Amino acid sequence: MIRVALPSHLRTLARVKGELALDVQGPPTQRAVLDALEQRYPMLRGTIRDHVSQKRRPFLRFFACGEDLSHEPPDAPLPQAVATGQEPFLIIGSVAGG
Amino acid sequence: MSKIRVLVGTRKGAFICASDGKRQQWEISGPHFGGWEIYHIKGSPADPNRIYASQSSGWFGQIIQRSDDGGKTWHQPGTPAGEPTTTPDGRPKGESNKFVYDTSPQTGKPLTTHQWYDGTQHPWEFKRVWHLEPSLTDPDTVYAGVEDAALFRTSDGGKTWHEFAGLRGHGTGPKWAPGAGGMCLHTILLDPKVSGRIYVAISAAGAFRTDDGGKTWKPINKGLHSAYIPDPGAEVGHCVHRIAMHPSRPNVLFMQKHWDVMRSDNAGDSWREVSGNLPTDFGFPIEVHAHQPETVYVVPIKSDAEHYVSDGKLRVYRSRTGGNEWEALSKGLPQQDCYVNILRDAMAVDTLDPGGVYFGTTGGGVYVSANGGDDWQAIAHDFPPVFSVEVQTLK
Repeated sequence: MIRVALPSHLRTLARVKGELALDVQGPPTQRAVLDALEQRYPMLRGTIRDHVSQKRRPFLRFFACGEDLSHEPPDAPLPQAVATGQEPFLIIGSVAGG
Repeated sequence: MSKIRVLVGTRKGAFICASDGKRQQWEISGPHFGGWEIYHIKGSPADPNRIYASQSSGWFGQIIQRSDDGGKTWHQPGTPAGEPTTTPDGRPKGESNKFVYDTSPQTGKPLTTHQWYDGTQHPWEFKRVWHLEPSLTDPDTVYAGVEDAALFRTSDGGKTWHEFAGLRGHGTGPKWAPGAGGMCLHTILLDPKVSGRIYVAISAAGAFRTDDGGKTWKPINKGLHSAYIPDPGAEVGHCVHRIAMHPSRPNVLFMQKHWDVMRSDNAGDSWREVSGNLPTDFGFPIEVHAHQPETVYVVPIKSDAEHYVSDGKLRVYRSRTGGNEWEALSKGLPQQDCYVNILRDAMAVDTLDPGGVYFGTTGGGVYVSANGGDDWQAIAHDFPPVFSVEVQTLK
């Protein structure tokens, strides 16, 4: 299982509390995790990635294991600690005031 | 006895204010969708318990919310609360947030460019829904005006949205430009008498009309004069801030432009200025009294460079003559040290007798007059900056 931490606004939309645990098919990558997330919580479609281009929304970042993975290719393997559920995949709203 | 429900969209959530027909005591619920920008929230004329809200954020994009019980509970229409989030064959629901320009060969138009602030061309990019206009007769049908400017419609209660590409793609798009708030389609008026006739307004492009239900459109800006575009009398490029009509005679339109208050008596085919004795004719909202088609309200703002009321005084101006002759209404409104703005969607009227007028400010105040503007009282003083105000008159 892959652990995913959402920002609070997205937890509200998805009607969940705390971290999520997702069963991801195939090699764990950003794309695979987000596909699984949107499949289970379709109300989040478009909130993390653009509906059409599937690109990460500009004010969101992806962190894991103390590193910024935001600019990694979507099909690059996630760190082993994320793949094994030891560490969560963090979806973070950038600090932009407001 | 009649009841009033005021729907307020703010920079940090939505509020619902309820009162009886006296409009003196108010119960407030909210914030709904706390922390999100609620550009607009509006109820269906055909089913007042059906309310739609545009919820958006620079971080997470566009969300459409719907209530079927007068605002007590909400859900995203594509994923009803308590129902499976996938279809029986496993496909995900949740398309209610999906606003994609129609570029299909069959019904769409190519995704062209519009003018950017610096005069260069810029590609169309969806940003948010500014205005939701429910159908006059069908609770499941709603029109959505979006940024970058285009008109969408749902006919399944908000589950899916489809663009009327004939507006964005009718030919003048490359001359459209964003106003300070973005290139938004902010006004949608459904003609209650002429089937298929819809008026829209876009900043900064102008006003447009369709007579065939949205397939084809034409600019209706003859008579507008805008000193901030190269040809002040151009067919498009005008920063129209708001248009209003009275349902009893929908061919008469009132417009608050960037500067100038205008009037058309022929469904927008031509316009004439009716700013008259206003202290300044810059402003955003404009509304028509529910029972007096010649009674019009505006809130003059000092200037395009100073988006606040003049002299520290919050004054609504009323014309009982369809324009030109205006009187200041200030009884009960702040008359010193007030420097707020009233945004284009933040004024509304009820249909009680005597007719009520409502507006919200960028300072978070929401005000009501239960007698057509003569006297005002605050419903709320300290909401977040108010983006929109709508009123439902409930039997």
